[in-house]
Amino acid sequence: MTQALPTRLRRGKRDRTLVTPEGITLPITVASRGSRAGALILDLIIIVLLQVVTTLALIWIAFGSLNASNFEGLSALEFLFVVWVIIMFLFRNAYFLFFELGARGATPGKRLAGIRIAARDGGRLSVEMVVARNLLRDIELFLPIGMLFSAFDSENSGMVSLAALAWFLIFMLFPFFNRDRLRAGDVIAGSWVVETPRRKLEAAMTATDGEDRPMAAPTSAIEFSDEELAVYGEYELQTLERVLREDRTESLAKVHEAIAAKIGRHPYDAESRPFLEAYYRQLRARLETGMRMGQRKADKFSG
Amino acid sequence: MATQPDISAIEAAALRSDRFRLEREGDWKRLEAIVTRMEKGRIRKLSDEEVLELPVLYRSVASSLSIARETSLDAATLGYLESLVQRAWFVVYGPRSSLGSWLRSFFGGGWSASVRGIWFDILIALAVMIAGTVVGWLLVANDPDWYRVIVPGQFQDARVPGASREVLIGTLSGKEDATGLSAFAAFLFSNNAQVSILAFALGFAFGIPSLLLLVQNTAGLGAMLWLYHGKGLTLEFASWLAVHGTTELFAILLAGAAGLHIGRSMAFPGERSLIQAAGEAGRRASQVMVGVVLMLIVAAVLEGFARQLVGDWPGRLTIGLFMLAFWLAYFFVFRRQDHREALA
Repeated sequence: MTQALPTRLRRGKRDRTLVTPEGITLPITVASRGSRAGALILDLIIIVLLQVVTTLALIWIAFGSLNASNFEGLSALEFLFVVWVIIMFLFRNAYFLFFELGARGATPGKRLAGIRIAARDGGRLSVEMVVARNLLRDIELFLPIGMLFSAFDSENSGMVSLAALAWFLIFMLFPFFNRDRLRAGDVIAGSWVVETPRRKLEAAMTATDGEDRPMAAPTSAIEFSDEELAVYGEYELQTLERVLREDRTESLAKVHEAIAAKIGRHPYDAESRPFLEAYYRQLRARLETGMRMGQRKADKFSG
Repeated sequence: MATQPDISAIEAAALRSDRFRLEREGDWKRLEAIVTRMEKGRIRKLSDEEVLELPVLYRSVASSLSIARETSLDAATLGYLESLVQRAWFVVYGPRSSLGSWLRSFFGGGWSASVRGIWFDILIALAVMIAGTVVGWLLVANDPDWYRVIVPGQFQDARVPGASREVLIGTLSGKEDATGLSAFAAFLFSNNAQVSILAFALGFAFGIPSLLLLVQNTAGLGAMLWLYHGKGLTLEFASWLAVHGTTELFAILLAGAAGLHIGRSMAFPGERSLIQAAGEAGRRASQVMVGVVLMLIVAAVLEGFARQLVGDWPGRLTIGLFMLAFWLAYFFVFRRQDHREALA
């Protein structure tokens, strides 16, 4: 299917193609390791903050209940302890589950980093997948960290903390040893972490109904001949589109000069923007007609 | 209406591909609005029509994308459509929106089906656990010094080799009032859940650490069994353990088997790719694991309350055996026709 993808998709290292159950190919970008690490650190900070806040709140309530009569105070304390154990367990194990099962498929940290989880095969992201990838988080992260902390008060702390560190590194470095930057939990679950797409619909280039349309004057005086249009392909067209949308005077002038030189026109015959708009529209009309006939021209080098 | 584009604008557009776009962008923006609201977690605020419209709009925008790829060279529009279809795909093929319906299918056959799906691993794990108990017994029987090594520290209060029969009976007796029991139960649950998650997760290293963990845990059990057997308290100890142990040990057995299942499918993926095999096993095993956590909650309640409140051994044994029968019946006898999904 790759040849059907437009040339603007010059494939980056992290770009993948995903096929939906309807058979539509979608370009998808695997999240960078940096943004994932950042998201994880953010999430851990949030979890610790939540734990500290609830612990403090429960302690505060506990002091309040101690003022009550002695026996009732004791059973209240016990109840608070139960609540505390359950809440700590939930923060540690259910935080990721809860958020990743939502429509966003991302914890708050992931959302801030602009990434989310998805099914690797293009199918449905199932509850089991989310459960599996987060159960593995326990050995990847919480277990070695717990070992490191408990190592401080044991006799052979050196060996234990070394083992914990090695363990921690094996799993933390796991995403460096596979192409899709999967961590162990992703392998088990069949999920991966991808960048969240977010693009606004920009104005149509050749429409004329309002002020927001970038091309105000479709009836331009400048007409280009077939030979003048034949030198460029889709790649150049889309570069030109970007330049027109960005609308910066220097780059418009530079591109104007380059095109004029290529097709042998004098660059000072016309203003940059009207010249480029006219060229863009006619080149696109020509290339799109070719497309409908089944003839595509990828760039200026192809025939 | 916002979905009806301005006819004159369409006609004024110079290119066919831009006219195509102007004709359809109403649908695109409508889909975008629905998807944005769902991403913000406001599913309840969607009207019924919008919920019904979502898959229809998704397919229509997906087909717009296919057409645009063949007819349009407007990179911005193509990029927008690709990202919109992708976002809608996330929503349409996201986790099932209702946790309730998932729970229903989980309890109504999904859980027991995945437990049956790993039956072979359960047998292996069971064999390993029995072997671990026997090894623990034999080690301590030959040299009581082993007791300190293999029995977890929390059980080494009075329960050490050489303790008198009366002391040992004392450790098995219940308490009269319920103060402190719920705290105890909560602590036990949190602790055991962490152990079983570990047993599961260690399956990743081809299941061997899962098995070692099972051996380590049951060896301590075997050693304690030897200790009580020596004073003629076998039945009392067994019933003391059985109250919650049939549930708890069953849960640990399932957790170890689930870990082993993953390890085994990675070691012997058969005709599937390694990643695919690990994924299939992982999803089945994680369903077992959700159940294991639930079983441990039950076990903690039994350990915290039932064991302390029921003091005589026949009563304890009855509770334990009843729980065992209940779990076996639920997993292996109870079947529903509609468990294709769990097996898939």
